[in-house]
Amino acid sequence: MEISSTRRSFIKGLVAIGALLALPATVLAALVRPSAAFDSKELDASIKSLFGDLPVEASDRVNLKAPEIAENGAVVPITISTDIEGVESISVIIENNPNPLSANFNLTDAVEAKIATRVKMGQSSPVRALVKANGKVYYSTKEVKVTIGGCGG
Amino acid sequence: MADKSVKIRGKVKDGVAGVKTLISHPMETGTRRNAETGELIPAHYIEEVVFSHNGNDILTAYWGTSVSKNPYSAFSIKSAAPGDTVAVRWTDNTGASGANEITLK
Repeated sequence: MEISSTRRSFIKGLVAIGALLALPATVLAALVRPSAAFDSKELDASIKSLFGDLPVEASDRVNLKAPEIAENGAVVPITISTDIEGVESISVIIENNPNPLSANFNLTDAVEAKIATRVKMGQSSPVRALVKANGKVYYSTKEVKVTIGGCGG
Repeated sequence: MADKSVKIRGKVKDGVAGVKTLISHPMETGTRRNAETGELIPAHYIEEVVFSHNGNDILTAYWGTSVSKNPYSAFSIKSAAPGDTVAVRWTDNTGASGANEITLK
């Protein structure tokens, strides 16, 4: 009797520890800096590195706000929003920058799917906003003309 | 926890908190040269920023070198109330870090 109750509580303890270990593991798994994608100098390779084999498609539900002409490439304000449900991440890619991937925001349900940031652009370039949701990647692109580059050498 | 490197502004309206943050940081790309010596200025940029609400991480940003100097970010928390806390912590590629926290009004 005593043995079995000890055994039961031991098993209960194991289950509890298992649950504790499992939870942070799944949370952490999603949160690792995609360093290879940031280091990549090539657009397609960077997208592939960031999203793997997920289907990537253009979508007018991704709303990208950026200036048509940026007088100062060092500070280009970008706002990305979407009405797509279940957004996991929002990323900004400056296609003609030496390293195209600029920022990758990982959202939880507690946050609205709208992010504002400021990026540097070395020259005029298409800016691409990518939204990962429901096992797919949706994007929209906008051409931004830069009169003074922001990655000056 | 208070740190002058991070400024946070938060405003609750109809249960939604608009949050704006400004971090003081050079965000050096590593491709710029010192105008006098011609030497490359080493890359120095924030790699990770974590935003939290009442102690729960709600938004994690990973940045490359092309986020602007003194990075600005804005986002909204779907469900928030005055008295809630919003915190920001960042780490850069040299291992330096900073953090700050505010109480929403």
